[in-house]
Amino acid sequence: MKNMILYLPVLGFLVLGGMMWRGLYLDSRTLPSALIDRPLPEFELRSLELGDRLVTRQDLPNEPFILNIWGSYCLPCLQENPIFMAAMENKIIPIVGVNYKDRDDAAREWLDDNGNPFTLNIIDDTGRYGIDLGVYGAPETFIVDASGVIRFKHIGVIDYRIWDDEIMPAIAAVRAEGS
Amino acid sequence: MKIVSALVLSLVFLWALPVNAQVDVYEFETVEQEQRFRQLSNDFRCPMCQNANLTGSPGGVAADLRREIYRMIMEGQTDRQIEEFMLARYGDFVLYKPRLTLQTIFLWFGPLLFLIAGVWFLVGFVRNGGDASDKKSVTLSSEELARLSRLLHDKSIKPSDADSPKRSGGKA
Repeated sequence: MKNMILYLPVLGFLVLGGMMWRGLYLDSRTLPSALIDRPLPEFELRSLELGDRLVTRQDLPNEPFILNIWGSYCLPCLQENPIFMAAMENKIIPIVGVNYKDRDDAAREWLDDNGNPFTLNIIDDTGRYGIDLGVYGAPETFIVDASGVIRFKHIGVIDYRIWDDEIMPAIAAVRAEGS
Repeated sequence: MKIVSALVLSLVFLWALPVNAQVDVYEFETVEQEQRFRQLSNDFRCPMCQNANLTGSPGGVAADLRREIYRMIMEGQTDRQIEEFMLARYGDFVLYKPRLTLQTIFLWFGPLLFLIAGVWFLVGFVRNGGDASDKKSVTLSSEELARLSRLLHDKSIKPSDADSPKRSGGKA
């Protein structure tokens, strides 16, 4: 028994060392979202498409969809645009854009130049809706289910690997639960 | 001469003023509101630039959040309500001082646990006369004592020769 106690410091070292070792590989840049499994926050905002009419949650798709936070100033958004374009052309899932802290004209120009994969672009020029979404910088991507509940969030750029390994499985999971 | 040094000194202070303060032009009705704004902006961590609070952060979202804090203060919301607003959107991450939950219990009481373990170990160590090993295990039978003394005094035995299983007293 006495000898066992002598091993306690070693055990303590292993436990603490193990936790720190794990800590080395945790990604501290991406925060876990506080909004997973919560309804998409309400909004009443302009859109790039519908002129003066304000859009609300009623204007969103009645099926699972992607909500992508983007801006014309955002380089990674340019990088993920072709992936969204392909998803739109192949009718994989509707993608709704939130044009975050941008100018309308710059946003329209960007869409003209690079292609518009979005079914609707909500204008959040002040960044106020972004705060409700817990957004801290474009690009961020949510998957919302058919009943309007946020089910998944990805922070930062989506490349083909992330699309295949994370986004598609998440879409499949949300669809499987919905049906 | 006095005027010159006063000028130099005031220049130094002017130089130092803008450091680490994002100057917002917010107007408050009372000093208390302003103090609360300062306090809250200092207490929340910026979600974007991670190692800065909202006051010291130039990031876009930090300015937006300061604006929200200002709005909520002017609307008469309590510090508690403002904290809940931040937590609902950005999670525990925005707090420098974590809440006491099941997840953070080790964070709060871990150090105490280590202190108790340390004191306990130290007390045991001192009671043993500065030797952590158990004294009782050192009692040797007369046969072993004789063998030990033989090993210690026989200079013809090289360390490698003492490689027998019963080398408990050997100095090799």
